Parts: sequence; structure tokens; C-alpha cells
Amino acid sequence: MTDLINALVLLSNFVLIPAITYGSQLALGALGITIIYGILRFANFAYGDLMAFATTFTILFTWYFQSIGISFGVLPTALLAIPFAIIVTIIFCLITDKLVFGYYRIKKSPSVTIAMVSLGVMFVTNAIVRIIIGPYDRRFADGERFIIRANEFKEMTGLNEGLAIKSTQVLTIVITIIVVSLLFWFLNKTKTGKSMRAYSDNEDLALLSGISPARVVMITWIIVAILATFAGSLYGLDKSFKPFTYFSLLLPIFASAIVGGIGNPVGALVGGYVIAFSEIIITYAYKKFFAYLLPESLEPNTLVQFLSTDYKFAVSFSILVIVLLVRPTGILKGKTL
Amino acid sequence: MRANLNVVLAYLIMLSLIVIVGIFQSWSFALSILNLCLISAVMTMGVNIQWGYAGLFNVGIMGFTALGGLAAVLVSVPPVREAWQVGGLSMIASLAIIIAIVLAVRFILKQYPKSNKRTFSITAVIVVGLIIARLVFGPAVESIEAISPATTGFLGGLGLPIIFSWFVGALFAAGVAYVIGKITLGLRSDYLAIATLGISEIIIAILKHEDWLARGVKNVIGLKRPVPYEVNLQETDWFINLVEKFHSRSLDLINDPSEKQEAIKQLVIEGSSVFVKLCYAGLFAIVVIILLILCQKALYSPWGRMMRAIRDNEEAANAMGKNVVKQHLNIFILGSAVVGIAGAMLVTYDGLFTPGSFQPLRFTFLIWVMVIVGGSGNNFGAILGGCVVWFVWIEAAPAALYLINLFTSAGEINPFKAHLIESIPYFRYLIMGMGLLLIMRYRPKGIIPEKIKHV
Repeated sequence: MTDLINALVLLSNFVLIPAITYGSQLALGALGITIIYGILRFANFAYGDLMAFATTFTILFTWYFQSIGISFGVLPTALLAIPFAIIVTIIFCLITDKLVFGYYRIKKSPSVTIAMVSLGVMFVTNAIVRIIIGPYDRRFADGERFIIRANEFKEMTGLNEGLAIKSTQVLTIVITIIVVSLLFWFLNKTKTGKSMRAYSDNEDLALLSGISPARVVMITWIIVAILATFAGSLYGLDKSFKPFTYFSLLLPIFASAIVGGIGNPVGALVGGYVIAFSEIIITYAYKKFFAYLLPESLEPNTLVQFLSTDYKFAVSFSILVIVLLVRPTGILKGKTL
Repeated sequence: MRANLNVVLAYLIMLSLIVIVGIFQSWSFALSILNLCLISAVMTMGVNIQWGYAGLFNVGIMGFTALGGLAAVLVSVPPVREAWQVGGLSMIASLAIIIAIVLAVRFILKQYPKSNKRTFSITAVIVVGLIIARLVFGPAVESIEAISPATTGFLGGLGLPIIFSWFVGALFAAGVAYVIGKITLGLRSDYLAIATLGISEIIIAILKHEDWLARGVKNVIGLKRPVPYEVNLQETDWFINLVEKFHSRSLDLINDPSEKQEAIKQLVIEGSSVFVKLCYAGLFAIVVIILLILCQKALYSPWGRMMRAIRDNEEAANAMGKNVVKQHLNIFILGSAVVGIAGAMLVTYDGLFTPGSFQPLRFTFLIWVMVIVGGSGNNFGAILGGCVVWFVWIEAAPAALYLINLFTSAGEINPFKAHLIESIPYFRYLIMGMGLLLIMRYRPKGIIPEKIKHV
């Protein structure tokens, strides 16, 4: 019996909790991608770098607060910095829209052209981030690191396996729940949210019924900036901030959005968790897990790992390909906001 | 002739820029820029085939380049006999298992109608097959990688001249492009972009971590060259004579014989590196010219006109009875194959294969900037774009340093300036991004726009 509990604790510690956390981060990112796709109608390749940009400012404000001695007690100072970073990111998004994307939207360029333009924005954002903060790995989490430490858990329960819960993991999950519920409330209940959904469904009809496109676009960018800041900062708090990692997050985030059904916010959420769980489940080594469950004679002598962690990308990509083959619209039907 | 004046002018300006670098920096440096310009030109031609002719958005250029590079290794490196003895048979067996899986899946797909049962049986075949393949594959990899890991530890290649790899690279890239195209073409256009982005990351991951294939991040160095080595050149008589003849006027001014010997030696060393790079430039130029002729012929053939029709109005072309998806697949394979050639050329030129150095910004997105800036749909434009953007990419760092020194007081060291100087490499991303955005906005057809001949 204890063996079974040990095995379950082991799984929750190394699979369940990390996957929920990572899934939340992906879901927040995929929501941004999907909203841009649904309303502005292009695949934004600059999104990974937008997240890096937002996180850069979270870090800068965190450093500033730390330098003047403000802290948030047991919580990371970065939480205080996020609202300020959101403001900077919103301004940045609105400026890029004014200078770059707006022109193509008014000209009604094909979405592939706008995606190409987003490559240019990606280069520029990439450069700005690296010029401001450099390409290095940075950790900016402070405050209490753990809610439950592995040792404490072991003493508490008398089990062999420890369960460590990092405060950043809980924060990620809690904040994701808050942000996502606010977003859905906004999209489904408020008048502005409904007008955005109408605009995404049918642009011309929405214009006919008097919805101002400029306002819809502006609010879209504001929402995207908020999502990007949360996604980027929470990922950075939980792991670490490195501009290149954020760039590579583009693939799992896009995969989440497409797997769930691009243009569909609920789909983005589902896609984020599907990708995160499959990445972690497939790359986890189950040797110890089986050692608890199976009798000694059957104990595996290999790692029992389906794929090494180096192939994390391959997992999200394979899921993407399978979904494209079996159900090209995504798990939930795409393109309805 | 007048219609082509701007093209000729643009190329002359490009050439003179390289000559200026030759005069002010060094000829060896100018030639290495030229060589990479030529390689970039091959890549941009490949991307231009896909984007300019057919409007396919491929963001996985890096992967196809790397496949070309892999071909260079697998063709030129001599085979490692011990590795083949210990693991060769199992490797061939696991390859056979994978081929068997593919054939079985194809058989099931063809034979039975779509149903849940079919999906399950396909999944079962793949899962069981992969488990068996892994059981054969795992021990073989370990024993192969155990054979003198510091120098070999991989299966090695065929030991053929490296030039052949330019064809093999094209084949590799075409094969992968076929699989990707089969899956994603015919779906929404953005999906191709994401799928290619993914496959290129996976190709790089495989090359980095599968040591038995091409040593992974341990790199393969010292690939055989298709041109002479500097060291050998410096000892051959005809080359020394050539250098003497070339510099006879300045050498005549030196009277002291020992000093003259010394000067000749110096000139021979410099000359040998220039000569080697010239040889490469010649080889690359031949490839560029052959590809250019083929591309031009294709572009202005009935086939090329059909491709443009598909690009400009897919539905109309479909209504005229053209199989859009099939043509897209063809062109995707062709373009990727050309990129594969460029990858093999690049590794041939470097003489080493370093999977760790493949980065999407440099090998995918920079190539896109080249195509857009040069002029998509026009081969001359794409080639020019490759040259111009590569030139800017290389010269941006010195230029940025110059500008920073110009605008901050010289000699003074303050933290702000130090920070700027430290981030010089990133200014070129800024320049590339700005360049792309400005061109897309104000000259969306590129420096040399597409010209459609009406006959």
C-alpha cells in the first residue's frame, strides 16, 4: 500500500505538478496567439519575443523595487512589477500596431504577408530585448521558494518519496485561473467582449452593426499584452529568463493553439495542457515508478523513458501532426472566438 | 538592355562593395564574404522557388540546410569499420523495421475504409514497431558510440569526394520535404509554416543528440576539401612562381636577397588563402549559374506560368483543372532540395559540421529577409538579396561600433557605452528587422521586383 502511495507521490512530484504549471504557462501564451489569430487574422511569429520583452520589463521593475527596498513579503517581488510591465508592453503593442500591423490590416493584405511582417517585428523585438538586458540566463524569483519542501513532506507523512511544491508553481496555477476566468467573463458577458467575438466571427457584419474596428483592435492588443506579460513572467519566475528560450517557446505555444483549434480560446486552454502533459509524460523516466509498483524480480533495468528530454519539441510536434492528420480543425473546432 | 539596367547596376554596386572591402580590409576577408554570398544565393533561390513561385511559407529552412550538412559528413568521411562491425547489422535491422512500419501503415490505409478500428490498428502497429525498433537500436547505439568516442564513435560515411554530397544533400532535403508536404500541404497555409518550424527544430535536435549519426555536439571536423590545402600550395613550385610573377613589380624594389625571400614567403602565405577561397568561389559560382539557368527556364516555361497562376488565384487554377496540392508538393520538394544543396556547400566550405551552430535566426529568418529584400518571384532579385543582406549582416557589427564611437565621446569609458559595445552583435538583428519592415512597407516587391513577360 505504501508502495502505491509512494509511486503516486513520485508521479505527482515529477509529472503532475510540473505539467499543470507548464500547461498553464503554455495556455496563457496560446490564448494570446489564438486571440491575435481570431481577431487580427494572422499568425504572429513575434509572440515569443513579445513575451521576452514583457518579461524583460518585469525583471527591470523587480530590480528597481529591490534596489529601493520594496518587497512583497513571502511572494516574489515580480508580482508587484507585473502591472508596470503590462503597461509598458501595452504601449509597445499599440506602437507596433500603429507603425506596422495597422497598415496591412487596412490594406487587407493576405494573412501570410502579415505573418511575414511579424518576422520583421520579431527581429526588432529580439534585438531590443537583447540590447536592453543581454542574452544571458537570469533568475529573478525571490521571497519564499517552497510551500512544501520534499524533506518536510517526508517527515510529515513518513513516506520515502518527497513532494515539493514550489511557490512559483502554485502562483502560476492560481494566476492562470484568475486571468483566464476574467478573460472568459470579459469575452462572454461584457458588451465589448461580445463585440470582439462578433468581429472575429464576421468582420463585415460586425462593422454593419456599428462596432468600431479601431476599438476592437486596440482592446485586442491590450488583452494580448496582458496575456504575454503573465505568460512570460510566470514562465521566467518558475524556470528562468533567457531570450532564446522564449523564442523557442513559439513552437509549443503555436502547437497548443493549433491542437486546441486556432481562434478558439477554450481550445487554446485545452491545447496548452495537452501539449504540456504529453511532453512531460513522454519524456519522464519511469524506472523508479515501476520499482515501487512491480515485484523486485520484474524491476526494469533501463530508465523506461520513451524519449529523452532532448526531444521535447518532437513531442509537441508529433501531437500537432497527429491532430492535423486526424482532425485538421483542432480538438475543439477552431476559428470561433 | 535598358529594362535590365537597374539589375546590372544593382549587381555592379554589390560587386564594388565587395571590392571595397577587399581594398580596405583584406582580400581574403572579401572573398569569404563573396563565398557566403554565393551560398546564401543558393538558399534564397530555393526559398524563392517556394515563396516567389508558389507562395509557400516555409519557416524550416534551417532544417533543410542542416540535412545538406549531414549529407556532406555522410558522404565524405571514411567509414568506421569497427563501428559497422559491432552495430551495423542492428542499425540496418532497425531501419528495416521502420520501413516495415511505414509500409504496414500504408497498406492498412489503402486497404480498409476509415473507421475507429483502422485508427487503432495503425496506432498499434506504430507503437509495437517502435518498441521493437528501440530494443534493437538501443544496444547498437551504445556499442557504436563506445568505439574511441574521442575521435570517431559514429558509423562514419562513405569516404567519397565531398562534391557528391551536394547531390545527396538535395536528396535528403527532398525526402524530408516530401513527408512534411504530404502531411501539411492542402491544409491552411499557416500550418505549413508551423510544421516546418517544428521539423527544423527536430532535425537539429536529432543531429545534436544522435551521436552515432554524425557525432552530435562533438562535431565532425577536418572534412576533406574539393580544393587544394593552403599548406600544400605553399610548397608547390608553380604556385610560388605564380605569386612571384603576380607581385614582380613590388618585389623588384627589394634588393636584399634574404629580405626578398622573406617577402615572397609572406606573399605566398597570403596568396594561398586567397587562392583557396577563389577556388571555392569558382565552384560555388558554377552551382549558382547552373541553378539560375534552370530556375529561369522553369519560371518562364508553361510550368512556371501555371505555378504563378496557382499562386495568384488558387481557386481559378483549380477550376482550370490544375492539381494545386500536387503542384505545391512538387515545388516544396524542389525548393527544399535547393536549400539542401546550399547546406552541403556551406559545410564543405567550413570543412566542419557543428550541429550546435544552427540557429533559426541565422539560418531561417535571415534567409527570409534576403528573399523579401531582394525581390521575391525574381531569381536575380533573390540572389541579389542574398548578397546584400549577407554583406550587411557581416559589416553591421563594425559599422555599429564606428557609429557608437562617433556619437559618444572618444576614449571615455562609461557604463552606458560599455553596455552598447557589448550588445553590438544584436544591432544587426535590429537592422535586419528594420530593413525587412521598411522593404515590406515601401517596396513590397523587393529591390528587383518580379517581372512578368507577356508573350
